[in-house]
Amino acid sequence: MLTWPFLSGDSMQPTTLLLVLIVMAFIAYQLGMRRSLAVVGGKATQLHSLPSYHGSFVALVAFIPAFLVFAVWQGFEETVVTHIVISDLPAEIVAQEQGSISLVVSNIKNIVSGAVSASDLSPVLQQASDQYLALLAKSKAWLTAVVLMLSLAGLFAAWRAVNKDARTRNWVEKVILVFLIASSSIAVLTTLGIILSVLFESVRFFGQVPFADFMFGTTWSPQTALRSDQVGSSGSFGAIPLFVGTLLISFIAMVVAVPIGLMSAIYLSEYATPRVRSIVKPLLEILAGIPTVVYGFFAALTVAPLIRGVGANIGLDVASESALAAGLVMGIMIIPFISSLSDDVINAVPQAMRDGAYALGATQSETLRKVVLPAALPGVIAGILLGVSRAIGETMIVVMAAGLAANLTLNPLDAVTTVTVQIVTLLTGDQEFDSAKTLAAFALGLMLFVSTLILNIIALYVVRKYREEISV
Amino acid sequence: MLVNDISVDRIDGDDQSSINAESVTPKHVLDRENRDTVGTVTVADPRITCRNVDVYYGDKHAIHDVSVDLGRNEVLAMIGPSGCGKSTFLRCLNRMNDTIDICRVTGQIELDGQDIYDKSIDVVPLRSQVGMVFQKPNPFPKSIYENVAWGPRVHGLARSKADLNEIVETSLLKAGLWNEVKDRLDKPGTSLSGGQQQRLCIARTIAVSPEVILMDEPCSALDPIATAKIEDLIDELRQQYSIAIVTHSMQQAARVSQRTAYFHMGDLIEVGETAAIFTNPKHPLTEDYITGRFG
Repeated sequence: MLTWPFLSGDSMQPTTLLLVLIVMAFIAYQLGMRRSLAVVGGKATQLHSLPSYHGSFVALVAFIPAFLVFAVWQGFEETVVTHIVISDLPAEIVAQEQGSISLVVSNIKNIVSGAVSASDLSPVLQQASDQYLALLAKSKAWLTAVVLMLSLAGLFAAWRAVNKDARTRNWVEKVILVFLIASSSIAVLTTLGIILSVLFESVRFFGQVPFADFMFGTTWSPQTALRSDQVGSSGSFGAIPLFVGTLLISFIAMVVAVPIGLMSAIYLSEYATPRVRSIVKPLLEILAGIPTVVYGFFAALTVAPLIRGVGANIGLDVASESALAAGLVMGIMIIPFISSLSDDVINAVPQAMRDGAYALGATQSETLRKVVLPAALPGVIAGILLGVSRAIGETMIVVMAAGLAANLTLNPLDAVTTVTVQIVTLLTGDQEFDSAKTLAAFALGLMLFVSTLILNIIALYVVRKYREEISV
Repeated sequence: MLVNDISVDRIDGDDQSSINAESVTPKHVLDRENRDTVGTVTVADPRITCRNVDVYYGDKHAIHDVSVDLGRNEVLAMIGPSGCGKSTFLRCLNRMNDTIDICRVTGQIELDGQDIYDKSIDVVPLRSQVGMVFQKPNPFPKSIYENVAWGPRVHGLARSKADLNEIVETSLLKAGLWNEVKDRLDKPGTSLSGGQQQRLCIARTIAVSPEVILMDEPCSALDPIATAKIEDLIDELRQQYSIAIVTHSMQQAARVSQRTAYFHMGDLIEVGETAAIFTNPKHPLTEDYITGRFG
């Protein structure tokens, strides 16, 4: 629609309405500030609160209630309108389409959006879609009226309340505090929401597959058949091969990442000249910026064939997709996490500690091994744990380089698969969402979430303890 | 005679020329500008001899031509206003300045007749001979026992566990800490009080059997009671070691030292018997400092 929203009808488009609300808040700010100055004859020092607080107070009262109504209205408008339209549908249609009301609704919406011509469908639906449009228009008109009235009323009431002794500073600061609390609770609530959604689906999964079978079963073959006469109708959901595969690849990754990351951190923080450090450190951190999918095809197209070739030369039978290739490349990916964190904690060890060791006649490497590293150890461990949780959660590299075969093996030259890869394969493509196959993804996700969460908690705890010790 | 100088509220290097000539007698102007060391720098039985030592931090000339001896069984106090180079000079004596890249030391510093800046000298044995105690107590984040045992372990001084136990016990005894910690040697060194931590650092230094102990304002982070204990300890340690101590407290210098060196803007202004320096300073800058005129 190219017309200017103001001209398109009696009511405003929601975005326009929101813009008007914001403009009104600005005007309210100016009005509040001027009135506060006016009541004391321009002598701002006589006010309890600064003029800007009075302005903010009026602006907030004009904006917040109106905005809340706007947001709630927008959120529920469509649901309410749809509900009214359905309840007004002729009874025989409802009876005829029993169980697929949503189909009727989507038909109505298709007509509304113009995707389907009404002539293709019954006149009843045409009528319903007309009603839907009318209701929406009415709702928009009411929304505009209510929101603008509310905003004006708030503006006026707050403007009246501005006087010399009005404690608007306290009020505004309380509102700011509420905003800060709300922002910080969003992260917490999101985590909670993710846990709950995964948990509910997992409970449904464990309704179909016993918990013990999942936790301790050694065969992973999630292909359930649609009909009972098909081959492979009995899916098998033993998660052990997946967890073994995950742990194997993570282990290989850490074997690569921990020594290399730690040693480069030691070199950078203790031995490198500032010039070398200023060049090498950003270069190392570039590794962290490479998308994992790029690592993935590096692993699949370069490293895996290389390992296969070397293996063939020394008489080993290496699968073309091997845990070793995925683990090696994943290790490279994790190096910057470990080196960067370790570098920070090694630098955080006080110089006084090193001086103490030097003054006793210790060499640089003795000082490093016997004073600096022990002092930095908790921080280094926290960095390693963060690296481990990174490795466990990594998907792309494994999808491309380690394969999909759920072999229960500890041989790094075999193809293995991991929890994350299986989640991806279970959920990609067209899937019905009530079969054990798809629900298994949620159970796996839950297990993964719980294990990385535990690792993160341990890492946080260690880091905190470390900080306390250093600050003594 | 210094009453005349009261109008000169600040005397430091560059301001010398701006001193009001009429309020200062000509003799004083000459003396204040004269930065040659006053007093006797040599001792009969020196442990450390420093001759014409200059220190540079990059382009900055931090220490100018300092010569002084540290005698056997004596405590040499180094005093002077902040930034006068006394800590820098102290750190030359065990080559701690080596850890600072831009720092350059010239001149001659000999320990028992051996030039410590000679190319053939390894800093590791040097630093075990010349121990150092720092301004802020810096115990390692290890147990009390491990803190003291650390040095002997690095240098392989103990042949057996019993040997090591004995070194730890003697060192803690000498540092006057044994009775306070003998029941909790496995507790972290950081759990001790500030004064105990500093005595632990002294015990750690003693454990590698040094000949000289350098102390860089060892009491500046401590309360008066802990300070008194450390000062008593310094007096006892003198029987066995030579001690060079940098301090901001002139009372402390007067209490613990036999000789005192006054540094000013990188110059060694005056050296002498402590009693003489504090009762009868020869250089007007020394007198200004010890009478509290500046610093």
